[in-house]
This record gives sequence, C-alpha cells and structure tokens, in this order.
Amino acid sequence: MKYVDEYREPEAARKLVAAIHATATTTHRVMEVCGGQTHTLIRYGIDELLEGAVELIHGPGCPVCVTPLEKIDRALAIAACPGVTLASFGDMLRVPGSRGDLLAAKARGADVRVVYSPTDALALAETHPDRQVVFFAVGFETTAPANAMAVWLAARKNVTNFSILTSHVRVPPAIRAIMDDPDSRVQGFIAPGHVCSIMGYREYEELAREYRVPFVVAGFEPLDLLDGLLALVRLLEDHEADTRNRYGRSVRRDGNTEARKIMDEVFEISDMTWRGIGPIPASGLRLTARYAAFDAERRFCVENVRASEPSACIAGAVLQGKRKPHDCAAFGGACTPEHPLGAPMVSTEGACAAYFAFRKVEG
Amino acid sequence: MCLGVPGRVVEVTRSELGIVTGKVEFGGIVKDVNLSYTPEVERGQYVVVHVGFSISTLDEQEARRVFDYLEEIGELEQLASPEGGP
Repeated sequence: MKYVDEYREPEAARKLVAAIHATATTTHRVMEVCGGQTHTLIRYGIDELLEGAVELIHGPGCPVCVTPLEKIDRALAIAACPGVTLASFGDMLRVPGSRGDLLAAKARGADVRVVYSPTDALALAETHPDRQVVFFAVGFETTAPANAMAVWLAARKNVTNFSILTSHVRVPPAIRAIMDDPDSRVQGFIAPGHVCSIMGYREYEELAREYRVPFVVAGFEPLDLLDGLLALVRLLEDHEADTRNRYGRSVRRDGNTEARKIMDEVFEISDMTWRGIGPIPASGLRLTARYAAFDAERRFCVENVRASEPSACIAGAVLQGKRKPHDCAAFGGACTPEHPLGAPMVSTEGACAAYFAFRKVEG
Repeated sequence: MCLGVPGRVVEVTRSELGIVTGKVEFGGIVKDVNLSYTPEVERGQYVVVHVGFSISTLDEQEARRVFDYLEEIGELEQLASPEGGP
C-alpha cells in the first residue's frame, strides 16, 4: 500500500537507528503520547533497538483506556433501558465497567452494536425510528470532528431518536498534567500525528516554550517514528526546546480548519476525569448548549454508580508513564486481553495489550 | 483509536448540506468515506481516513522528505569511507 509499505523498509530503518545512536551522547527520556505510536514502537521492537540512546515512556493516548469507569457504567445503564440501541467502536464494548462490559450486556439481551463510524450510528437511528440510538462517543481530537459531524447532521436532518454519550479527551492538558507532576521524568515528546492533522501544532509550540521541552510531530509507521525520534534527539542534544513537524505529509501548522469549524460548533471545552489518572482541567469536550438536545446524559436519567478499580491493576501508573506494563503483578496472569482487569489491556492501543501481544515471553 | 489509513480517492460526490462523500481505495479494498473535511480533494489524490472520515490530504512532496534525508545519510557514509563504502 502506497504511503504505508515504503515507511516500513528495514534497510532505511537500520540507517535511522544508527543515526540516532550516533547522535545521542546519553539516554534521552521521551514520551510518545499516542497509543497508536506505542503499538508501532513495541511491535517493531524500536524501543529495544534504541536502548542506550532513547528510553521510551508510553503516554496516556488511548481514549478507550482513559474513559472513566463512571461513563462505562452509565453506558451500561443506558443500554439496559427499554427501546435503546447503544452503538460504539469495537474496543469500547470490551472495557470493564464496575459491573461487567457492554459485550456482557449484549449477551444479557441489550441491543449493543459495533459501528465503524459515528455516521453509521446515525444511519441506524434513521432506519430504526422506533429505537433510541445512543452513540458512545469516545476519542481524542482526531475523532471529535467525526463525532461532531454525526450530531451536526442529526440536527440538520431532524433525527430526534439519536443522541451521544460523550467521553472526549484533549491531548495538550494531559501533557500539562504530566509536566506539572514533580515525579515526571519526561525530557521531550513525540506529538500525536493524527491529533495534529486536525488541530495543527501551535498548541505544542506553546507547550514547548512554557515547559522548555522539545516536541516533534511524528507519524505512525516505523520510519516515521524513527525519523521523528532522530529529530527529537537532535533537539535534546542541542538543548533546544523547539517544535518540529516530521509528519508533513498529513499535518499542517493550523491543522484541518474545516474539521475544527464543525468541532467547535458542536463541542466546547470542559473539565474531564481520566481513568487511572484523575481530573485534569479543560481536558475534555462536551456538547455546546445549541446541541444539548443530543446529549444522552440529559435524555436518559440513570443512576450514578461509584466503584473502585481492581486493586491489582496499575493502569494509572502505566498511563502516566511511571510504570511499564510488565511491572504489574497481574500482567499476563490475572490480566490478559481475554480477561482484562484494566482498560490498557483491552484496546489494541493500550500499552498493556501491546506488551502482551509482542513481549509475552519476557512478560 | 487514532488509527488513520492512507487511501486513494476514486470517486467524489458533492451533495446537499455541503457534504462531500466518496469512495476511497485501500490496497484494493474500496470503502465509502465522508470527504467533507477535505472538500477540495480530487480523484486520484490520497487522503488519511479515520473512522470513515478523511482528516487530511496527503502532500506528496512532504512524503518524500524522510527518503531525501536517507539519501543524504547514504552519501555521507560513502564520503566517510575512502574505499567507496560497503
């Protein structure tokens, strides 16, 4: 596939690995925020190839992983309401709430569907006017415009049996929380390429100035990440707290203005609690007053269940980059992708699932 | 979650409400994609697709940057080796 295969070429990767080792005079501690990038780094063993030059600290960039338990319980309660069809992305159905997951609710008879796109959920509402279709809308800034478009279209088409349960998160406030943590060990960041395809990278330029750490926007293939890491190591070696864009084929400085227009009309910034991390100011998105009629939490008054995470699970520390998945006593034993204790073992972008898939022997 | 897959636009349809839809081919598989966030896109161009939406149009010149850089590394390696290099 064009724009994929050429970025996986082993000989080119070898050259970039050598260039990183030749540039680094010490081990630089850098965080890749996005779970998709974590997956590539672990799958191709890039973290091991760069040992001595770069220590990769995996960030919280897995929306499925950070969706609060309370939201999942809310989704479970809404799915149990008569006449409701609850739709979401596949991973969301397997994330454990405090009383099981959405797949288990489906097994008990709830109408729970997997959709590929939020507009598929809207189409379900249009073809089933007798059902209340609720889309469990999770995601970072990459996904927000798609979810916004589903609501925008529902309003234009007057689809009254469609609503969304939102659990949207924003990357820059999470980076702020990581850097404000006195225990933070992060010296530089690989910024998330697809979030930046929507948002651009001006926010990261501000963060670089404020926290005096460099940022490099990178893509998701092995060569993209190695090229981004080389640029980041160079900035770190030169003590430059600057921002570079190494995913120029998709990312422009101002991002995608068309997408941001609809996103800003439908959503506004709100405080948000991240599963495993806690509350982060201004780190979420909620529907604006104009679109409040599409808010599933207003449409369905369901009880608010409070529950605690399994005590053996260290997902919070993993999501903050303080611990590695195999540091957890439950990893690969009590907690596997088949029977996950914590959300990072569920999502293909969760650090625990990536380590389980590609590092089982060591784990 | 933020998975984005590059594909070639094979059909563009502009409809009511300013919505642009189309078909995008990913290594032989053709899927319906909402192209409203890259409204200027034309047939034959590549877009990055995320949950059924195009989020960017791929810039071919920028796409070559890493390979241009690798060529530079290759030339430097040859210069560094008086034997002409391995």
